[in-house]
Amino acid sequence: MRNVMVIFKKQIKDTFKNKTILIQFLMFPMMTIFMGNAIHITDMPEHFFAKLFSIMYIGMAPLTSVAAIISEEKEKNTLRPLMMANVKPAEYLVGIGSYVWLICMLGASVIAVSAGFTGTEFAFYMAVMAVGFIVSILAGSAVGVYAENQMKSTSLVMPVMMILSFLPMFAMFNETIEKIARFTYTQQLSRILGDFNLDSVSNTDFVIIGINVAVFALLFNLVYHKKGLEN
Amino acid sequence: MINCRNVSKSFSSKKILKGINMDVKKGEIFGLLGPSGAGKTTLIKILTGQLKAEGDISILGMNPQSLKGDDYRKIGIMMDSFGVYERLSCIDNLRTFADIYGIPQDKVLATLEDVGLKDAAKTAAGKLSKGMRGRLQLARVFMQTPDIIFLDEPTSGLDPQTAESIRELISSKKEQGCTIFLTTHDMNEAAVLCNHLALLNEGRIVEYGTPEEICRRYNHQNKIVIHLYDGTDITLENDGTGALQIAELLSLKMVETIHSTEPNLETVFLELTGRGFCA
Repeated sequence: MRNVMVIFKKQIKDTFKNKTILIQFLMFPMMTIFMGNAIHITDMPEHFFAKLFSIMYIGMAPLTSVAAIISEEKEKNTLRPLMMANVKPAEYLVGIGSYVWLICMLGASVIAVSAGFTGTEFAFYMAVMAVGFIVSILAGSAVGVYAENQMKSTSLVMPVMMILSFLPMFAMFNETIEKIARFTYTQQLSRILGDFNLDSVSNTDFVIIGINVAVFALLFNLVYHKKGLEN
Repeated sequence: MINCRNVSKSFSSKKILKGINMDVKKGEIFGLLGPSGAGKTTLIKILTGQLKAEGDISILGMNPQSLKGDDYRKIGIMMDSFGVYERLSCIDNLRTFADIYGIPQDKVLATLEDVGLKDAAKTAAGKLSKGMRGRLQLARVFMQTPDIIFLDEPTSGLDPQTAESIRELISSKKEQGCTIFLTTHDMNEAAVLCNHLALLNEGRIVEYGTPEEICRRYNHQNKIVIHLYDGTDITLENDGTGALQIAELLSLKMVETIHSTEPNLETVFLELTGRGFCA
């Protein structure tokens, strides 16, 4: 547990000096505040920008930041000294994952407050975001472990991020895309956020999100066993 | 502490290490000397479990490949290839590892002072020069007092004054009971610091012993060279036949310097391999 906290602390210190990662965490909460206050269209669904940017936040920030952090450690050869200092790979990954999850949850709480969610609404929104961040962190970890360096990580994470973030938005305008998108966790979470009602969450949603978790976990497992944390 | 028997390592078809045999005793400074590409870093990687190899290897009584968990707390490793967190300051880099090792935070600043980085404590590691970066890597190891310390070219790229202070630190770690395994190009450093040396060339240990033993073993000339104040050099056999002549020159106060002709480590290495230590 101590090593997890050390990694967590290291990342917190690093965040304020790493503009690329910092932008990832701040961009969508700031855009939600700005767009929510600047644009008012008649008949626009309630909390439209908050819900739209929340899904993009889930699909982008944890995915890219986890992949970037792990691949940078591999590229700069800073993982080796950690491992030789008896930090176990699982401790490192939990440290990075919990840090990204917590920062993203802070960002999500900013979106929630700016959208005016309180009480049950706030709890429901945060729970949906928490699940989304966990699945994205898992996907980002698989990419980060697979990529030898940051350049490869960026080129791998880009298409995954585009699909996960933008598919739910395109699905709003195109039924065919919606039929494909419904198999992604981001589309399911987008629909759940759209309905914003616990009663509307069906078993199918749980199954699809569960399958997404299983697929990314399996992918991570395969990549980790093939490449390890240091190759 | 470390025992190697017939250790070999190949990358693809190229054999990097060929039947290495050596023993490192507890509490000594062991120096591995050799030119670039001789296999020094590969041997450190094998001894620390970072690479697999053929042969019998024992470190702290274990096979390096079975080292895990707390075993690594007994081993300190400084290698040029080990990175530092470039956006974090020197002090934050060390604090991260101090937290992992459970070292008190006041030790961090003291260690930075020891390696001459106190003034750069708040400088981002990415802005350090190569030498300063090397010192930060050393500080990471010197913060703790493990059983064995591996140092890969610890004074490479450092100015003479800093290199000397690093040598003092290495000696102080030995006095604290650490066993030190270091690789170096610097023969003077090896001669001053090391209790035992191995000369590595093209994957083989070509000579092994204390620095004095190795030099004496190759003292084929066994002569005495006298340099006089008038600029003349006189070479005499070191077998007693020149004793009277030396005494006479000394009594006449003509002798500026007098040396025996035992070789240094570099000349031994040249004799053994036909090439020098230059990188």
